[in-house]
Amino acid sequence: MDPRARYRAVAFDKPAPFALPSFNAAPLLAFTKRAAAQVLPPLVMVLLILGIWQLACGGTGSALPPPTKVFKDTWPLIRDPFFDRGGVDKGLFWHIIASLRRVALGFSLAAIAGVGLGVLVGQSKLAMRGLDPIFQVLRTVPPLAWLPLSLAAFKQTDPSAIFVIFITAIWPIIINTAVGVRALPQDYRNVARVLGLSHFEMFTKILLPATVPFIFTGLRIGVGLSWLAIIAAEMLIGGVGIGFFIWDAWNSSLISEIILALIYVGLVGVCLDRLIALAGRFVSKGTA
Amino acid sequence: MTQHYLSIEGVSMQFGKQVPVLSDLWLGVEKGEFVSLIGHSGCGKSTLLNIVAGLLHATDGTVILDGVSCEDPGPDRAVVFQNHSLLPWLTVYENVKLAVDKVFKGKKTKQQRHEWVIENLELVHMTHALDKRPGEISGGMKQRVGIARALAMEPKLLLLDEPFGALDALTRANLQDEVMAIHRRLGNTVLMITHDVDEAVLLSDRIVMLTNGPEATIGQVLDVDLPRPRDRLTLADDARYVAARRDVLRFLYERQRPPAEKAA
Ligand SMILES: Nc1ncnc2c1ncn2[C@@H]1O[C@H](COP(=O)(O)OP(=O)(O)OP(=O)(O)O)[C@@H](O)[C@H]1O
Ligand SMILES: [Mg+2]
Repeated sequence: MDPRARYRAVAFDKPAPFALPSFNAAPLLAFTKRAAAQVLPPLVMVLLILGIWQLACGGTGSALPPPTKVFKDTWPLIRDPFFDRGGVDKGLFWHIIASLRRVALGFSLAAIAGVGLGVLVGQSKLAMRGLDPIFQVLRTVPPLAWLPLSLAAFKQTDPSAIFVIFITAIWPIIINTAVGVRALPQDYRNVARVLGLSHFEMFTKILLPATVPFIFTGLRIGVGLSWLAIIAAEMLIGGVGIGFFIWDAWNSSLISEIILALIYVGLVGVCLDRLIALAGRFVSKGTA
Repeated sequence: MTQHYLSIEGVSMQFGKQVPVLSDLWLGVEKGEFVSLIGHSGCGKSTLLNIVAGLLHATDGTVILDGVSCEDPGPDRAVVFQNHSLLPWLTVYENVKLAVDKVFKGKKTKQQRHEWVIENLELVHMTHALDKRPGEISGGMKQRVGIARALAMEPKLLLLDEPFGALDALTRANLQDEVMAIHRRLGNTVLMITHDVDEAVLLSDRIVMLTNGPEATIGQVLDVDLPRPRDRLTLADDARYVAARRDVLRFLYERQRPPAEKAA
């Protein structure tokens, strides 16, 4: 048992205030109001954009389908995202999962390597002097430019795509981690030295927690870039994945399916961003 | 050769190629003694304290505590930093626990370590906020926790760098009384930096006055032989207290004018 539980218990031992079971509508009303204030403006905007789009593309001979047609065309895909007829003829769920799997792999590797290298670069002046110019050059290389090279190296499409994710996501993680390590207050270092913490303890107990907000800034930028890169990479490598789905739809002139896929890509991207932000807030409670 | 508990022997300190900050400083402190360092801003008080703590290396001279040279920092010389420097992601309890776990691992059981953390937080009256984070408590409370963390390490020497500098007058007076009570009870050896003449006279057995930098050294040492326990109200009219206070003020404002005035 947590030895502190004893002391915590004291705080909870206070007699609970005795409340009469009466219905109070005020908080519910306030909540509804707040929710409406959050949801209503974007909802109105979406409807407005759909309206303009419908007006612009509703006529005959328009190059792009209006929203009503998009909805009608893609209804089978929306209704059943889980079908699997073999090959690349799968529901959108499977395509998105395939893309997410690649991102998860490449991004995790980038996170581990990026934090490691970031700590190194932040800690050591020498490593910083040697590596920083190289990083500055490499990080400006566009993600897709890495694809031919990685195809040549791995000779397989899947590892190549994962490598592209890795190399895209790693730079902001390295740079932000290094900035965080360099921003570590001298006071914390002094505390560690007075306590006589070992290098390992210094790393896990002081450096890492103090740097967590910076690391998560890097991770958040990195995951966004990963998602951008995977869609592009998949268009080139083919196979199952939302990027290839879009390319495939273009080749079959299924414009409505492209539009649906774009909406899904955007929604998943937002979810990834929020997920990392949430994880960051959870891990760095008190620090930020 | 030295019979002092803490012995600062010929310490000089020079940062790079600049004029030395400290020059040939000698000081002995006895066990259980409460010594204050006072001097104008920038004269090198923190530098001296950091050398004793082992956080800085003196360019010349040595510091010996209980027969051991203070080359490297260690938990036998606990520091209370001017800006508390608690770790903001740990709770009050965890901040002290980190120190206790490090210092008493293998010497105390888990349960004993827990009790020791609580005991030290009780000393500074902070057990009501065990699960609060530093960001959620006042400046005075943070400084209390910093003191508890230092005490919990059972240091041979307690180093305080302007521990109450950032606090308002009332909180400051409260904490001074608490530190006096703790010192009376535990008999720690304390080296404290202060800017405040009253604080120095009230708390110290001896006041060490530093000359203005650069090349600061000890200008004068004043024994404060006021009986303990000391009470700030009754002492205010005590002739010995008034005399000690006047001596320190004389040193600071006649013999060592503030650096700003000299420049003007
Ligand atoms: N790391 C350093 N490098 C160069 N100079 C330093 C360094 N640390 C301190 N100094 C210089 O040494 C002198 C003494 O600094 P120190 O912080 O010890 O003064 P202090 O007496 O503690 O002042 P205060 O009362 O304002 O805290 C100052 O002139 C300062 O500029
Ligand atoms: Mg100072």
